[in-house]
Amino acid sequence: MTPDRVLDHCRELVNQPLGAVAERWKALHLGGRAVASYPVWAPAEIIHAAGMLPLALLGGGTSVELTHADARFQSFVCSIAKSSLELGFQDIVKGIDGFVFSNICDVARNLGSIWKRNFPDAFVEYLHLPQNSTSPGVPVYAANEFRRLAAAFEPAFGLKVSEAALTHSIETYNALRARIRALYAFRIAEPQKLSTVDLYVVLRALTLTPPEAAIGWLDELLTGLPRRDARPRDRLRVVVEGAFCEQPPLGLLEVFEEAGCYVVEDDFLLGWRWFTDDVATDGDPFDRLGAAYVNQSVPSSVRHEARQHRAEGLIEKVRRAKAQAVIFTPAKFCEPALFDYVLMKQGLERAGIPHMIVEFEEKMWTFERTRNEIETFVESMLFE
Amino acid sequence: MTTAVAERQYQGKVHEHSRRLMSDWMAALGRAEAEGVPTGAIMISGNCVELLRACHVLPMFPEVTALQNAIRHKSLPLILKAEQAGYSSDNCAYVKADIGLFLDGGMGPGKPMPFPTITVCNYVGCNVYVKWFEHLADISGSKLFMLDVPFARTAGEATQGDIQYVVGQLKELITLCEGITGKKFDIDELREILGHAARAEEGYSRAKHLCKNHPAPFDAYFDSINMMGPINVLRGTREAAEFFDVAIAEFEGLVAQKLGPLSEERFRTVVEGPPPYPYYKNFRNLFAKWGAVAVQSTYSTVGGIWEWGFRHDPRRPLESIAEQMLRENLTNRSITARYQQIKRYVEEWEADALVIHSIKSCRLFSAGQGDMRDYFTRELGVPTLLVESDLEDPRYYSEAQLKNRIDAFFEALEHKKLTAAGAAGRRGAGASPSEATR
Ligand code: SF4
Ligand code: SF4
Repeated sequence: MTPDRVLDHCRELVNQPLGAVAERWKALHLGGRAVASYPVWAPAEIIHAAGMLPLALLGGGTSVELTHADARFQSFVCSIAKSSLELGFQDIVKGIDGFVFSNICDVARNLGSIWKRNFPDAFVEYLHLPQNSTSPGVPVYAANEFRRLAAAFEPAFGLKVSEAALTHSIETYNALRARIRALYAFRIAEPQKLSTVDLYVVLRALTLTPPEAAIGWLDELLTGLPRRDARPRDRLRVVVEGAFCEQPPLGLLEVFEEAGCYVVEDDFLLGWRWFTDDVATDGDPFDRLGAAYVNQSVPSSVRHEARQHRAEGLIEKVRRAKAQAVIFTPAKFCEPALFDYVLMKQGLERAGIPHMIVEFEEKMWTFERTRNEIETFVESMLFE
Repeated sequence: MTTAVAERQYQGKVHEHSRRLMSDWMAALGRAEAEGVPTGAIMISGNCVELLRACHVLPMFPEVTALQNAIRHKSLPLILKAEQAGYSSDNCAYVKADIGLFLDGGMGPGKPMPFPTITVCNYVGCNVYVKWFEHLADISGSKLFMLDVPFARTAGEATQGDIQYVVGQLKELITLCEGITGKKFDIDELREILGHAARAEEGYSRAKHLCKNHPAPFDAYFDSINMMGPINVLRGTREAAEFFDVAIAEFEGLVAQKLGPLSEERFRTVVEGPPPYPYYKNFRNLFAKWGAVAVQSTYSTVGGIWEWGFRHDPRRPLESIAEQMLRENLTNRSITARYQQIKRYVEEWEADALVIHSIKSCRLFSAGQGDMRDYFTRELGVPTLLVESDLEDPRYYSEAQLKNRIDAFFEALEHKKLTAAGAAGRRGAGASPSEATR
């Protein structure tokens, strides 16, 4: 397939309801199960190793009207929590057998229990991902938490996760992540050949695809994209940071570029490229995942890292991507992003890196003000 | 309403006693820097204050500083300072008031509130804690120790794995404190401290159970604050244990005389959520005029749930500290586990209604309280009132709106009581009061 064909396929996929994607896969895999994880990260390897389809529960974006969920969650709660719950109420996730939540924030934690209460037939598991990154007991704890998840599939679905299967799944996801890293590296090198919207749609599509198939079309993209004909323009190279959970509307992503930026790094769909390099492939696979969580996780607002100041990971990203500025994009009411904004911006200021902030909501549909703000920022940078 | 309900000022003694103990502690904090006493910042929820005490590190609680500033009407300028520095209007205002205190020059070397020597983030449920203490460690330059306490996510007791994981981190913390103080940790000293803690826990539990009486001797929401200092901050001291001896004697006396906090107890409520500290008294009055007394509250269990029988055990010092952090407090349990806690309160404390005070700052408490209301009104038929404001930011307190809702709710409840007079069952027919006040 040409890159354009792959992108068309991805676009078509992301427009489908989550439940329908699960149902279609299950029709081809008799007795198969699908398990969706709420952002930011869950070990998809374990779900995959049980023979199930790992998916992502990413809210309803602009596609659902809240009719039930806004009576459950107050006005001062982020939109993704409400629209995700609404997908449940409106049966849009029908066909998905299980859901995994974790301790990314207080809202997500409460959402997990409320999901369980409202949909008692669904399998719901809550992972406590360690916030201590340095104590000797942490990798063991994390590994045991992953074992607990694997063990829970047995009574729920009659599915076992063997060590051999998990080793294989780790290798598969290593291969998938290596390609995503390559795609990001390609965009850093030639942003004119891969727009932010396209890259985002690709990422989003691979949260709806078995990894083996996704690896196939990522390879095609990696081969085809460099052949694209596009001249570099005089645009501001920016890192976008903060939209790691609630999903940015495509219109917002378009505005970044229309207003004169090349987005060369971001933290979109971080959970699907969570490890900075390959998870080790020898030894007990749960232990390896536990150790990787502690030592190879990407910097993220939902994980405390004692070995690095909050701003350091971001500054590294800016340097690695040869970016000139950062655009912060916290979702409205998103506490982890809004808190980190302060320490990160202070760090950027110490390092002399310009920045601006654009708050968004998944259901946002007019972008004129945002466009003006970004344009002004870009102009001040490019023509100063 | 018929006759006006008046407030009895009975709580004077307990209140004064608590205030004295807390002032002594604050004064010690104020002297710590000059006297070279190491201090340790720590959070209220499921804390391990006994351990810091045994390590000779003077505990400091940024949450208490924040709430005290709110009660004294000093929180708004501090919040605004933090917002000017980039904190969002949607971030927890406790954090903003604390950081604002630093930006305002009220915290740090030579200031009334010292910087902590060590910042111990007992990550027990609340994710904002992690952020808050990252920021506090950043401004103070103090060592940050992230004590990761796995959320209660398995049914029943805490698992051995979780307990050992927390105990391992507690041991690391001990070593860290030894390095700071230069003093060797003595496990027997910790045992003695835990003995005092268990006595205070027994006292607090007893006080809560006394509220099963009709009338309840004190308001388990508004008056519990007098006991929350001794139980959450001063736990492990002899003084805190003795405080409860005195408090219980007084409450038992009130029970014997059939006296409560109001001249008449017309409605017994369970209150969920923290109070609006900037308008504590005003908010209380909105309930008092209806003769509504809280006989139980969830906020009073953020530090620990003692009324179901858990006590720190000097024979298993570190394990019992870990167990308390893991299970025996509200914050490390799921919101739906809280539904069950409230249900028990409603049933065993014989409450007429549930009042949910939804706090914008605190998503830990509030995110999903609409679902909680749904559970109590629709599934259990408990009249439920949901009102919104904030625990620290006075901008979110709208007295007129709150008054309207509270009045409408109790009017409906009163009407329901009258019409149901003679009929069996306190929770009888449906959720009309709650519906009326939505
Ligand atoms: S958008 Fe932010 S606040 Fe909302 S669930 Fe995600 S991380 Fe939590
Ligand atoms: S979110 Fe709630 S529990 Fe957490 S620090 Fe703020 S007020 Fe306290």
